[in-house]
Amino acid sequence: MVNRIESQAALQAEQAKYAAALKQETRRVLICTGTGCLASGGLKIYEALQNRLKALGIPVEVVLDGEVHGESVGVRKTGCHGLCEFGPMLRIEPQNWVYVRVHESDVDEIVEKTLVGGEFIDRLGYQKDGKVFKAHDDIPFYKKQTRRVLSLCDTIDAQSLEDYLAFGGYSATAKALFEMQPEEIINEITESGIRGRGGAGFPMGKKWSQVAAHDDPVKYIVCNGDEGDPGAFMDRSCMEDNPHRLLEGMIIAGIATGATEGYIYVRAEYPTAVERLTNAIQQAEAAGLLGDNILGSGKSFHMHINCGAGAFVCGEGSALTASIEGNRGMPRTKPPRTVDKGLFGKPTCLNNVETLASVSGIIENGAAWYKSLGTEGSTGTKAFALAGNVVNTGLIEVPMGITLREVVYDIGGGIKNGKDFKSVQIGGPSGGCLTKEHMDIPMDFDSLKKVGAIIGSGGLVVMDEDTCMVNIAQFFMNFICEESCGKCTPCREGTTRMNDILTAITKGNGKMEDIDELRDLAQTIKISSLCGLGKTAPNPVLSTLQNFEEEYIEHIRDKRCRCGTCKDLSSYHITDKCIGCTKCARNCPVGAISGEVRKRHSIDPAKCIKCGTCKAGCPVGAIKEG
Amino acid sequence: MEQKDYQQIDEILAKYDRDKARIITIMQEVQNIYRYLPQDALSYIAKEVGMSESKLYGVATFYSNFALTGKGKYVLKVCRGTACHVRKSGNVLRALYEATGLNEEKTTTDDGLISIEIVSCLGACALSPVVMVNDTVHAAMTADKAKDLVDELRAEG
Repeated sequence: MVNRIESQAALQAEQAKYAAALKQETRRVLICTGTGCLASGGLKIYEALQNRLKALGIPVEVVLDGEVHGESVGVRKTGCHGLCEFGPMLRIEPQNWVYVRVHESDVDEIVEKTLVGGEFIDRLGYQKDGKVFKAHDDIPFYKKQTRRVLSLCDTIDAQSLEDYLAFGGYSATAKALFEMQPEEIINEITESGIRGRGGAGFPMGKKWSQVAAHDDPVKYIVCNGDEGDPGAFMDRSCMEDNPHRLLEGMIIAGIATGATEGYIYVRAEYPTAVERLTNAIQQAEAAGLLGDNILGSGKSFHMHINCGAGAFVCGEGSALTASIEGNRGMPRTKPPRTVDKGLFGKPTCLNNVETLASVSGIIENGAAWYKSLGTEGSTGTKAFALAGNVVNTGLIEVPMGITLREVVYDIGGGIKNGKDFKSVQIGGPSGGCLTKEHMDIPMDFDSLKKVGAIIGSGGLVVMDEDTCMVNIAQFFMNFICEESCGKCTPCREGTTRMNDILTAITKGNGKMEDIDELRDLAQTIKISSLCGLGKTAPNPVLSTLQNFEEEYIEHIRDKRCRCGTCKDLSSYHITDKCIGCTKCARNCPVGAISGEVRKRHSIDPAKCIKCGTCKAGCPVGAIKEG
Repeated sequence: MEQKDYQQIDEILAKYDRDKARIITIMQEVQNIYRYLPQDALSYIAKEVGMSESKLYGVATFYSNFALTGKGKYVLKVCRGTACHVRKSGNVLRALYEATGLNEEKTTTDDGLISIEIVSCLGACALSPVVMVNDTVHAAMTADKAKDLVDELRAEG
């Protein structure tokens, strides 16, 4: 338990105390217990490791209590290490070695060989092309990354304020309170060039100064943790794995703008984030880092958590504040803008999680440090969620301006199962698709906008040659239809019409004039919708039309889906590679396959429900689709 | 509803000072008790916080997490986010529907054991396709694993 801290000097003393205790952990095992590794058994490894070490009489520390006990092995359950595909994973310090796909049964060997013997176990190392990579920074997945916002996520126990303090936590808050004037804080943020990471890329410093300019005694800082874009999960990690860094960002925003109340709006699908943030708030309040009279400065900041209830549109600013107020989460006409009249009608600074989590770094290290990475118009780093048909799925943080090629091939390790790259969907339902020809453009706010995509919140879904782009467009349009709040007609009716047309095309009922109709509707929806959800809703369709128009034409004219995704347009047939093993006939749920043993089988198209079970199970790849 | 039920609701209402602005949180906590929002409970909450029943109904029906009918003991949330979609979550959903006899309209089994919901993204994209059973994440699902999952849940009862 951290003592109540009442001055900057006392904070430094506490930090030093925990840092000294941490130093006693001469060997440390940092076990990933992010969502992915938790699902694959990370916690079991955490427990088995402790038990084994204790059985051997080796002192183990799992929490810092501020006392110096003598040398020990530190064991921590940390947040996401990023390489989710290879979980459960762990990192061993001081060597900085990484073990992937660790099983409970490997624990004894890790203790004896690595922790006691100092030896690397090749079998558990990350392997690529027959080569074993030992150290964290040598692994291709990490080599091109720079972890700033996510830096401590894989190192500290998210539930331990002591761990956060041992790494210098809350220094930025103290600096903002005691060494800087509010204008200086805003200047530093403006100078850093940081733009909102939630999608629109609005300059953060500008937003803060607009809120600061109001002399209303009541102002709010609201953190948008309603990360609803399908394919995005970086904010989840920021909230779950390092909640204190987010709290710091909000406290500093409060100091800079004169707000004393903060709200964090977390989506309902993230119960762990709610739990950890609640815990962090209680810890920070007890330690005098939050609440009344922070660090004895006389300044106060109070934090509240609101849990969303499952509505994508609440990621939009005015819908989000309506939801916090206890209303239906529907956007309103602007102006007035949120900075002037936001939550409860008061000036409100609304920022996204990753943006707020970047603040402490900027204040502590300065604007020049922040700008040292990234491009001129898009400074700093950006976290991306890498998912889909790529080898290394997971969470990454890279300098702005990195190319798509570097992300997909160097970090992502290329396409899964040796298939060909087709496209990357970026920016979720508001974004667009990038193709092979966009491989070398810099990924930053402005360059992506030029090619009809957006960084959005940072979801990157990689698609291989077997992904039907018309189906993807329909998929997003269906999502928008369901999530449209229904307030304005262009979005409510327009997206429904677009979805109807796209559905007809994927079912083989499309007409050539549908393509013009889609473009026309898209234009109307874009210019006349009330909020950002509607204004950007047609983007996935427009960008697939721009880059993959020939696939639309094939669906309409030839009634063909080259990827076999659109079931109404595809049929299965068995080629002469068939060895007559009868497996498909046995697996078929509707008895549509017949044939004699050791002879080529055939599928009855009238009975076939196109479930794909036969193709998936065929040992010789004799079943084709299309 | 019984007297003791109102007592539980009263505790929640008192915790949030019968504040209209906390109505979503209040309904979430009430739903935690019943796994859905019974009509009587909604009427009672509306009266207590001083909101019209229609306004409260409007809020309750706006958000997809609020259920106005009962849910099963095991709620299976099938993620249909982009990453899960490109890794064939459609097949997983189909297998779950087949194994349980449920569909998009009928979402809870007659024995009250299993409910199937489609959710837009669970934020576990690197593990796709994902199915969440109550609070447990099941990663890298396939049609076969989905059938086994239903069998396991039935066996546990």
